[in-house]
Amino acid sequence: MSNFVQANLPYLLAGISVGGQYALIAIGYTMVYGILRLINFAHGDVFMVAGLVMVYTTTAMPMYLSIPLVIVATVVLGFLIERVAYKPLRSAPRMSVMISAIGVSYLLQNCALYFTGGLAQVYPTIPWLSNSVTIGSATTKVVTIVTPILTVVLVFALVLFIQKTKIGMAMRAVSKDFETSQLMGIKINSVISMTFVIGCFLAAIGSLLYFTNYPSVIPTSGSMPGLKAFVAAVFGGIGSIPGAVIGAFVIGICENIIKGLGSSWTIFSDAFTFVLLIVVLLVKPTGIFGEKATDKV
Amino acid sequence: MSDLLKIEDLKVNYGGIEAVKGISLSVEEGQIVTLIGANGAGKSTTLRTISGLVKPRSGTITFAGEDITGLDPTSIVKKGITMAPEGRRIFPDMTVKENLRMGAYLRKDDLSADYALVYDLFPRLKEREWQLGGTLSGGEQQMLAVGRALMAKPRLMMMDEPSLGLAPLVVKGIFDIIREINRQGVTILLIEQNANMALQAAHTAYVLETGRITMTGTGAELLADEKIKEAYLGKTK
Repeated sequence: MSNFVQANLPYLLAGISVGGQYALIAIGYTMVYGILRLINFAHGDVFMVAGLVMVYTTTAMPMYLSIPLVIVATVVLGFLIERVAYKPLRSAPRMSVMISAIGVSYLLQNCALYFTGGLAQVYPTIPWLSNSVTIGSATTKVVTIVTPILTVVLVFALVLFIQKTKIGMAMRAVSKDFETSQLMGIKINSVISMTFVIGCFLAAIGSLLYFTNYPSVIPTSGSMPGLKAFVAAVFGGIGSIPGAVIGAFVIGICENIIKGLGSSWTIFSDAFTFVLLIVVLLVKPTGIFGEKATDKV
Repeated sequence: MSDLLKIEDLKVNYGGIEAVKGISLSVEEGQIVTLIGANGAGKSTTLRTISGLVKPRSGTITFAGEDITGLDPTSIVKKGITMAPEGRRIFPDMTVKENLRMGAYLRKDDLSADYALVYDLFPRLKEREWQLGGTLSGGEQQMLAVGRALMAKPRLMMMDEPSLGLAPLVVKGIFDIIREINRQGVTILLIEQNANMALQAAHTAYVLETGRITMTGTGAELLADEKIKEAYLGKTK
């Protein structure tokens, strides 16, 4: 066992780190699903836009200004998407909202294509995060260590927020029953907006950490991490925050262990995620922590 | 005594049909008023319209002298109208206490006196304070739904079929509580299929048939009425 860990330490560390980044995206999927029963296909692209905003803002201002700006811009984008593309469809069939989400996804990708001219945009080096550290047999970037710690802290804060605060309680109430929540005086539209704001805030943090490991951002950069985070949310039981986080870490770690098995296996690392999706849907469609899919009458 | 709630010529379309076809009624402050009628008579639609969940097609709703027609549910709760909905609709994954907290969602003042009041009415809820709502029995859930509606300190509490699916003894207990809440100064608008219990408790009663009010009187008057006995109280000819 210790030999295995020794030999695979770099992959294990990378896996935990990528898992944390997926987790930060997956929470956005799972929370929005929990409240609106909507798979927000645009979420991965919001993540990509966060990357591009970072690219453009760092050319104009110092990083201590651009990082907060990225977070604010991403949150505003998420808020606007909900208001413009989902809220008018509140009483429409769920399928319509989902199609609207697919539309937003392509819209964001095409806007990105327009602004970047189709060229890969070099992602700026965030000073401290990109430094190298050595742990045991592995040399890695600081971001690899920071990501899982930050993820756990943020998830812990989020769970506390949802369990203990009044707005958190309102979120739980709305996710169960729109109408009765309204009878309590809860404004469901503000609660839904809050959900998008939180999801996009975490996706913005995720994008800062994720792109630090990659040289550049392209308009489809959000697709693959978005899909994997979605699979993580399904694996954990969509609607469940702890489920999404655990699912994301499982996917991140397995993916990187597979990369560590040798060059003939590396190409299967992405395939693993989607095989997992198929297996989960066949064997346990509600995921690890998912609720039983009983439609209450 | 003045009218706390006054409805004039209310028409509501619901699910593509005209569910309420121009009803007028008034609820005097301090009274228990009941709307009885069969399934599909438009009782629930009337309550849902007052609470702001459904928008009326025409007509006016006046509460404490103020026109509240078409306001959103949040504003309605702020004005002092709450509802214990049909089927209880408690939040199953929240504790009893959290459910009550949600009832007071719009309040920012101290709630300890209100918890005490609810637990005083329903000692059973005090015992189960930390239990999840979904694990309660039907009767306890109804108590919780009523307690939750009280937490907003309403002037008017509306109740949609509180006796639905409960054992006769439990129903009796619920109606005792309804009278007790009314004695404490809360006006109550109650809709029921259990006409016998409702008419016994009510000061004023309205009979609703296919979207229209067909009869009105005091609870005792309607209880004694031959037609009511035949149609709603199960008297054999």
